[in-house]
Parts: sequence; C-alpha cells; structure tokens
Amino acid sequence: MDALLKFITCGSVDDGKSTLIGHILYDAKLLFTDQEQALVLDSKVGSRGGALDYSLLLDGLMAEREQGITIDVAYRYFTTENRSFIAADTPGHEEYTRNMAVGASFADLAVILVDASQGVLTQTRRHTRICSLMGIRHFVFAVNKMDLVNYREDIFKKIQRDIKVLLAEFNYKSAVLIPVSATEGDNITRKSLRMPWYHGPQLLSYLEQIDVSEDPSDAGFTMPVQRVCRPDLTFRGFQGQIESGEAAVGDEITVLPSREKALVADIYEGDRRVERSTAGHAVTICLDSEVDVSRGCILTKNSGAVVNSIFNADLLWMDDIKLVAGKNYILKLGTQSVPATVMNIKYKIDVNTGKEVYADMIYKNEIALCEIVTGSRLVFDTFDNNNALGSLILIDRITHATSACGVIRESVSRGTDLTWHTMDITKQFRERQMGQKARTIWFTGLSGAGKSTIANELEKRLTANGRHTMLLDGDNIRLGLNKNLGFKEADRIENIRRIAEVAKLMNDAGLIVLTSFISPFVRDRRQAREIIGGDFIEVYVSTPLEDCERRDPKGLYAAARRGELAHFTGISSPYEKPENPEITVDTSKNSMEECVDIILKKLESLAEERKN
Amino acid sequence: MNHLDELEAEAIYIMREVAAQCEKPVMLYSIGKDSSVMLHLALKAFYPEKPPFPFLHVNTTWKFQEMISFRDKVSEKYGIEMLEYINKEGLAQGINPFDHGSAYTDIMKTQALKQALNQYGFTAAFGGGRRDEEKSRAKERIFSFRNFEQAWDPKNQRPEMWKLFNTEIYKGESIRVFPISNWTEKDIWQYIKRENIEIVPLYFAAPRPVVEREGNLIMVDDDRMRLKEGEEPVIKKVRFRTLGCYPLSGGVESEADTLDGIIRETLSAVSSERTSRVIDKDGGAASMEKRKREGYF
Repeated sequence: MDALLKFITCGSVDDGKSTLIGHILYDAKLLFTDQEQALVLDSKVGSRGGALDYSLLLDGLMAEREQGITIDVAYRYFTTENRSFIAADTPGHEEYTRNMAVGASFADLAVILVDASQGVLTQTRRHTRICSLMGIRHFVFAVNKMDLVNYREDIFKKIQRDIKVLLAEFNYKSAVLIPVSATEGDNITRKSLRMPWYHGPQLLSYLEQIDVSEDPSDAGFTMPVQRVCRPDLTFRGFQGQIESGEAAVGDEITVLPSREKALVADIYEGDRRVERSTAGHAVTICLDSEVDVSRGCILTKNSGAVVNSIFNADLLWMDDIKLVAGKNYILKLGTQSVPATVMNIKYKIDVNTGKEVYADMIYKNEIALCEIVTGSRLVFDTFDNNNALGSLILIDRITHATSACGVIRESVSRGTDLTWHTMDITKQFRERQMGQKARTIWFTGLSGAGKSTIANELEKRLTANGRHTMLLDGDNIRLGLNKNLGFKEADRIENIRRIAEVAKLMNDAGLIVLTSFISPFVRDRRQAREIIGGDFIEVYVSTPLEDCERRDPKGLYAAARRGELAHFTGISSPYEKPENPEITVDTSKNSMEECVDIILKKLESLAEERKN
Repeated sequence: MNHLDELEAEAIYIMREVAAQCEKPVMLYSIGKDSSVMLHLALKAFYPEKPPFPFLHVNTTWKFQEMISFRDKVSEKYGIEMLEYINKEGLAQGINPFDHGSAYTDIMKTQALKQALNQYGFTAAFGGGRRDEEKSRAKERIFSFRNFEQAWDPKNQRPEMWKLFNTEIYKGESIRVFPISNWTEKDIWQYIKRENIEIVPLYFAAPRPVVEREGNLIMVDDDRMRLKEGEEPVIKKVRFRTLGCYPLSGGVESEADTLDGIIRETLSAVSSERTSRVIDKDGGAASMEKRKREGYF
C-alpha cells in the first residue's frame, strides 16, 4: 500500500486520543530517542505520576500543556513497514469543534474514541456527524479504557449495538469497532491477551491495510483554473489540479461558465509533457484555440457541474459573530471567489440528535441548511458528486475571518436560474431614449439630517432639467413593498436589499433613482453598492447629531432620549459613517439650495470621470 | 499516485494559489535541503514560466562558505531573482554567535527577517517549515497569519478547510505559507533522490575540521571560529543534517557520502533532526513557539 493514509482521531475531552497516537508511535518504535527522553522528563512533571504520559508527545502548545487539553489540530507523521500515515489529532471539547472540522476536512478516515466506561455519548454523535459532514466515509470506533471495565465483552457488545444504531443515519463505506486500552496498549499494535473473546484486527494493522481510495470517479473531468501561465506570446497554459476524471491530448473540453469548447493541445505534469493525466495531478493544460479562460473558470468534460447562482448548503458556523439571514460574505469555492448572501436559514440541525430545528440565527459550532445566492454565476456540483466543486467557505468582509464552511446539497432552480432573456430594448437604449444616464443617488445620514428635504429638492431640479426620476423613501417603501418587515436585524438587512434591487430595476428602466433612508451600517450600504453596481452614488448628509437633535422635526430624538424608542440611530444604536462617499453635504454649514448645487455639480464631474 | 506524488501536487497547488491571489509574494531561501526542494517545486509549479516572485536569503554573515557559493551558483543556473538581506545595524555592532547567544539569533535572523519583509513590503512569504520538525510547528496551519508586528497568535488561527485557503488580509498584515508542511525528513530525502535535486555538499559525509562542544561537532569553517582553551580542531568524517550558521550547526559522524547512504541513516536515525541545531535548546521545550510568537519563521 503505497498511498498515504490521512486520518483523524476524535473523542471527548478525556477519551485519550493523544495517548492513543502517542502509544502507536512508541510501540512501533517510531520515536527518536531525544523525543523519548523528553517524554520521560516531561512525564516526571506531568500528570500520570511518573508513568509515561504518551499524550505529552502530541500536546505541543504551551497553553495546552497548561490546561491539559488539546485545543488545536496537531499533525503527526509516521511510516511503518507497510504504509505512510498522517494523523490529525483534534480537540474534543465542544468549544473547539471548528478545529476538529479542520482535521476532518483533511482526512479520509476517522478514529473515533468511545470511553468503554461511559458508552456512546452525545459527543460521539456530534463527532461522527461532523466527520460525515466534512466528507469522511471510513470509520474506526476505538472502544478505549477497556482496562477500566475489566475487559468485559458484554460492555463492548452493548456499545457495538449503539454504534450500529448511530451509523444508520450516515452515509459511510466502512466501519469497525476495536476494543482497546490506549494507556496499557491492548489491541493497539499487538493482540490483547486480556480479551480472548475479540477476534478482529488490531488498530495499527487495520489502518495499514484499509483501502480508502475513491471509486474511479463518474464525476467526469474537472479542473478549476488556478492561474494562467503566459511566459511569452507563444505559450498560454491553464494551471490547476485535476479534481476528478482524466484528460488526454485531443479531448474536447468545455470551459465553464462560458460553455465555450476547445480541444486539449498539450498537457504538462509539472515540467514534463504527458499524453494524459488523471485526478490529483497538478497540471498545465494548453488548448487549441483562443478561448476566454481566467482564474475561477473550470475546464470540464462529461461532468455534472452546473452554472447557477442559487443552491442549498449545509453550513458549519465557525465565527464568534452569529449568522443572520441576509448577510453578505465572500464565498470561496474551488478557485472561484464571489460575493454571496445567505438568503434563508431553512433549519438548524441539532448536532447531537440530527433533528431539524427552526432557527433564524446560527451561532458558532452549529450546523444549518441554508439557501445561498451568489452575486455572479458560480460553477458547482453537489458535494457528494464532486468534493472540490461542492465545498465552500464564507469569509467575513470586514474581519476577514473564515466564518463558515459548507457543503452543497442541491442546486436550486428559480426564476433567476433561467438564462436572462436577451431583451431587444436594452438599458442603454432606454438611457439614450431618455437622454440621460441612469443613476441611484443613495442618501445616508442621521434622522433629521435633511436627507429627504434635499432629495426632494434635487428631484424637482432634475425634473425641471428634463430628467426622468423616482424618489424612494420610507413612506412609499415601508408602507408597501416592505410592510411585512419589522425592525430586527434580519429584517433591516432585507429592507435594504429590496430597496437596492428595486433601485437597480428602475436604473435598468433608465431612471435616475433617489433613495432616502438612514441606512446606518457600512455593511448594508456596501451590499446595496454591490447590487446596483456602477450606477451607485453615495451621498453622505453629514449634519452633526447636535443639530439633528435640536431640529428634531418629528419629536423622535426626544422620545428616544426618554427611552421610548429602542434602536434609535444616533441615540441607542450606532451610525457608521461612510468611509469614501462620492459626495458629502452638511446642512448645518450650507443652505438646502447650496447643498443641492453641490450635489448637481458633483454629479456632472462624476459623469465625466466615469465616461473616461 | 504514490505518496511523494501526492505531497508534490499539494505543494504545487499551494504555490499557485499564493501566486494567483497574493499581492507581493516572496520565497524565503535558506540554502538548506528544504529550500532546494522548495525551489525545485516552484520551478515545476510555474513551468514554463519562471517563478513569478523573488527569493530572499537572510544572511547572518555566519553561514558556511560552501552555502554561499551554492546559493550564487543556483540562482545563476535557474535565472531566478535572489535578494540578500543582512541586518546592517547588527553587523556594525559586531553581534556574533559566540558572545551574544540567543540575542544573536534574534537580531541577525528574526529581526533581520522582519526588516527585510517590511522593507520590500512582501505580503506573503513562503517558508520551508515542516510540521514534523518540532511540536509547535505541528499545530501551525499551512497559511499562517502575522499581525502588523509580524507576530503569530497560535490561539487564533483561521480554520483551514479542504483546500480552500482564505488569503484576505489588511494592509500591514502578512501571511507565512508553508507548502511542504506535510513532508517528513524522509520524504525530503527520497524526493531529492527521485528528482535528482542538487544540494549543498555539506550534507554528504566528508573529512572536515571540527571541535566537539557539549556533544555537538562544530566545524571550523573560517578563522573567525573562536576556540576555547584546550580545543584543537580534528579532522573527522562528518555530515550535517541541517545547515545554518556554522558555529551553531552540529555535524554528525557519518560514512554516508551518497544519497542512499543518507536515506539509510535517516531511516534508522535515533535522534530527530533539530537536536543538531543548537539554538532550539535555549529556553526549553517551548522555545520555538516563543520565537514564533515574536516573529521568527
């Protein structure tokens, strides 16, 4: 068996994972003597009262030694006469679930520890669920601490029955149970004489022979393009790793998402020219014609990959900041990076029971099925068909944290899924007909800053100049289109999204749209800018809070100060100033007419800039 | 694919991801065998293009002479851009491995590296670190983030799922990338043999002038070597398992003057390779993690 076996060990806090791996290394004489000496020394100050504490080999970080727990994944490398191994030792504590998922995403097999004295616990279920979610299809349940239950067969049999029930929920290819004692070494590398009733394999010999290779994939050929290699005018190759299937010189391949076709002219594995190459290899592929290919495109042949922008995915939330439907992230899938919005949390999956539970927010370490919509077309497949084209991460736009990882369950067909109907009457046509350039002029600022007054005056001036306009404000939007929305966070985000989508439609109709909403959060305005695109112009009405509060035209500030209004911007909820608004006006410094003049002038110069 | 093929493909994938996504990458080049493997992988990854980033050697001025001539030969042969950085201030102050102990490593290596990365404004730096070398490295991600002070926060590492690397950073932050994280010392040697990669001759056993210090055989590489009382260089057949500053690199007595000989010795080795690197022992088992938190590679 020449291939690597990558496996993960998991179990709850005191199940003895680190001890188990430490014992394999020790028994199989895979330790260097200096590590062995360090182990003896460390054990003297360690926890097992002078006996060798094998876990000290693995718990490397200072914080872990202090707390006596494993908080992050540790990778161990060892080779026996029969196989090379990479073992990811992962934290068992619920708080570090995401670190366990990191280990699981890397592994082909999971060794899940079950404490014989405690049986199948909630954590056993959770770990099995996460391993399965991350794509592991081979399981070993090491029933540990058999020494503490006097090596009794009936206890092992009971656990065996419980595991069988547990596994019924999951999709797996192989699963075995082995009774062991990690501290004493029973059935780790040698057959235990204390369990004559057990006739199965020992842990190490089982790991040496298990075949985890994938069935020759039916997924067809897929290669996400990482980069275009263009050293000079004579060479243009597409570099990436083949994720499934194989390609040969002369094959006709399809480039997604464009669906252009071309023939494979050359294939290189590294610096070596080859006739064909298969899944796993890092290649450079040259095509026979000048098709448009860049990073993020996928080269395919007979694959199930689809081009769409809506799908359902199971997300494992990993961020301290909770998930609320409507939030926008950077989505990474294969070599594609696109803006994406979690539109809808369908349900949360109780990691312990597998039950579907209604939820409108998802917290760290929770799993939920969500509907995700991407800002541009995405090439993907389901995770079960093609791991590489079905797995994704979401990146927070502001903190840059990896907020979630997820696996695609299904593509969703909906109106927007249909190819856009090519319309003969285009936006450009309408703009020419109306003699104007469509715009969305997005006013933001505190309540009472003068947004609506200025917007109203600006609209009159534009109309007087023969422009076609539409003003969207709280009255015509809140009372109609958005009357089903309240004031909680998810609703607030949805409110802004709908306004942006409506503004965009009106821009497509050629209109100049003016919107007047407080829109206090950078994140929401950024989403609006993304939806609307190049037509978006942000106008910050920067009138200071004192002036707004002094004016208080609707008596709202007074009410907020009395505590009658929760979440009132400027008083009990923050206003995040725009960082780079296209235009800023302040009604405490300029008259309303002057503000409108400033905006009109700036609009003209912006039009010039954007023309160039 | 055998396991070397898998490791090679993984490293190439990572290098291409960085080249495609990071603004200004650099590859750290320490002249050692791991650097030779990294350079070889980079040449393969971008072929027929040259690696689209420069290489950086942080020179403490105490490297073996053979290392420097090897570096110059290799950069010439492959036509790559090789930058050299020396901490001029440290040099002017006469900082040396004999008088300044761990301060020497800090000033001439850690500080020098930080200065070099800041001066050029590199946003991502490839390193040849492997997880099998040392316990705190075993827990480091392939993409390891540094704040504006270039420090590592082991408790706050980004989760790294599948092959999806989050490379988003703010100005002033940077990434250290370890494409051969999953290789072992044995893999390195087997790959060097399979691919016929050139390495510094110091790795092969040859008669060399050495003195014995605290169980290490230190080579007398030039006349700056300070001999203690009673020390007399003797010629022994030695080789080096890791290369760095000659006064800090312990050689081992060996007959292995071929790659096969080295691989045989490595397979039956009784001590892990970092024991021959003297700097690790200052400060006990957790010393590497401490240095990494301070910005060491």
